Amino acid sequence: MTDTAAGPRPPVRRRARWLAARVVAVRSETSTARTLVLEVPGWPGHVAGQHLDVRLTAPDGYTAQRSYSIAAPADGDRVELTVQRVPAGEVSPYLVDDVLPGDEFEVLGPVGGWFAWHPADGGPVLLVAGGSGIVPLMAMVRERARVADAGRFTLLYSVRGPAEVFYGEELRGLADAEWLDLRMVHTRTAPPGSRAAGRLAAADLTGEVGGRVYVCGPTGFVTAASDLLLAAGHDPANIRTERFGPSGG
Amino acid sequence: MSRGFRGRREPSDEDLPPGQYLTSDFPVLQAGPTPLVRREEWRFTIRTEVGAETSWTWRELLDLPSERPTVDIHCVTRWSKLGTTWQGVSLDTLFEDVETVADHALVRSHGGYTTNLPLEDLLDGKAWIAYRFEGEDLPAEHGGPARLLVPHLYFWKSAKWVSGIDLGHEDEPGFWESLGYHNYGDPWREQRYSDD
Repeated sequence: MTDTAAGPRPPVRRRARWLAARVVAVRSETSTARTLVLEVPGWPGHVAGQHLDVRLTAPDGYTAQRSYSIAAPADGDRVELTVQRVPAGEVSPYLVDDVLPGDEFEVLGPVGGWFAWHPADGGPVLLVAGGSGIVPLMAMVRERARVADAGRFTLLYSVRGPAEVFYGEELRGLADAEWLDLRMVHTRTAPPGSRAAGRLAAADLTGEVGGRVYVCGPTGFVTAASDLLLAAGHDPANIRTERFGPSGG
Repeated sequence: MSRGFRGRREPSDEDLPPGQYLTSDFPVLQAGPTPLVRREEWRFTIRTEVGAETSWTWRELLDLPSERPTVDIHCVTRWSKLGTTWQGVSLDTLFEDVETVADHALVRSHGGYTTNLPLEDLLDGKAWIAYRFEGEDLPAEHGGPARLLVPHLYFWKSAKWVSGIDLGHEDEPGFWESLGYHNYGDPWREQRYSDD
C-alpha cells in the first residue's frame, strides 16, 4: 500500500513454473490444522513471510488451486506449510485430513515480496497474529531464531483458547529467548495465571513504536489490530498486513 | 495427480478464468491499514503528460452521470466473484475534456498505493470510479469512498481509495507490479506473476 518503507526488498520469484512436491512428513498442530513438510526438488528458496500456490489434480484432470503461507524459513528443497481446515472448503480438507507422507501435488512459488522479513531488515519487529495468521509470522520467528543478531521481536498471538495454539511446544521453548517477547492473547478461554480472556486491546500493544509491524489473520482481526496500532502511534507506512477470509479454501 | 483428490466442480466453473475458484463473500487483499478518507477532503485528479490537471471534489463526482455495471471480478489470490453490482462514473466521462496522447496510466491511491495499466484499458466502457457496491456506499475496507473498477484485469488493478491518475509516455510499474506480479494482469491469460 505504500512504497516508502525502508530496507532491502526480498528477491521476487523469477520463474513461474509448477514444481512437483512430495509430502515427507505431517504434524498435527490442532484438531483442525496440520503442518505438511514437503520436498520440492528445484525449489528456488524464499523469504520468511512469503506464500506459495498449491495445485491438486483429480483423476479426470480437474484441478483446484489455493494459496498457503509458508511456515518455515528457506531450507534447501524442504518447504513447510501449515494448513487450517476451512469448513466446506475444497482443498484444505484434503490437505488437513487426507494427505499422507509420500503423496504428491504441485506447488508454485514463492509468491509475495511485501509481507516478508529478511534478517537484513533487522528489528525491532512487532508480529501480530490472529489464529492461523501465525503461520507466515512463525516463519519470521524461526528465521530470527537461527541468525545471531537481527534485533528484538515481539510476537502477539491471539487465539480463542489453548487448544487452538499452533507450534505450542516450540513457542514454549522460545519463551526464554532474550530476543523474543511472546505475548499470548486468549480471547475466550485463558489458562490459569495468564492474561484474562478477552480480545486484543490497547494494553496488549505497549512497547516500542517505530519498528516494522506485521499483522496477519482474518480480515476483522487485521482491521481491529491495525486500528489499535495506529492509535498507539505506529506509522501506517510501517504496518504490513495480510488478510484472509473464509473464502472457500 | 493427487491421490484421492476428487475436487468439487461448481456448475459455473466454466465461467471462471483458469486457476480461479468461486467465492460468495468478498475477501480483502491489501498491504497495510485501511486509510480513512473523508468525503469533504476527497479529490480525484487526472494529470496529463504535460502536467495539466483536471480535478473533481466528492460532490462534483456525484453530480456526474453514473452507470451501474454488473461485472465479474477476479483476484490474483485465486478467488472470483460473479455478477457483482456497482455504481460509479465511467472513466470515459472523466476523460471527456482531458487532452492527452499518452499511452500509460499510473493510478494513485490515498495511502501511497499505485498500479499501472495502459490508458486504453481505462476507456471505452471498461472502467469506472465506483462509489457504491451492491446498492450500498462502498465501505472503507473495500476501497471507499471510491475505488477504480477495471474488472477485465486482476482485481489489484482496481485500486482502492483512488486519488488520481497520472498519464505518461513511459510505463511505470505500480506497487504489486514492482513486487513480482504481472505488469498487465489479464485473468483469462492467467497473467499472475511477472514471467507468466
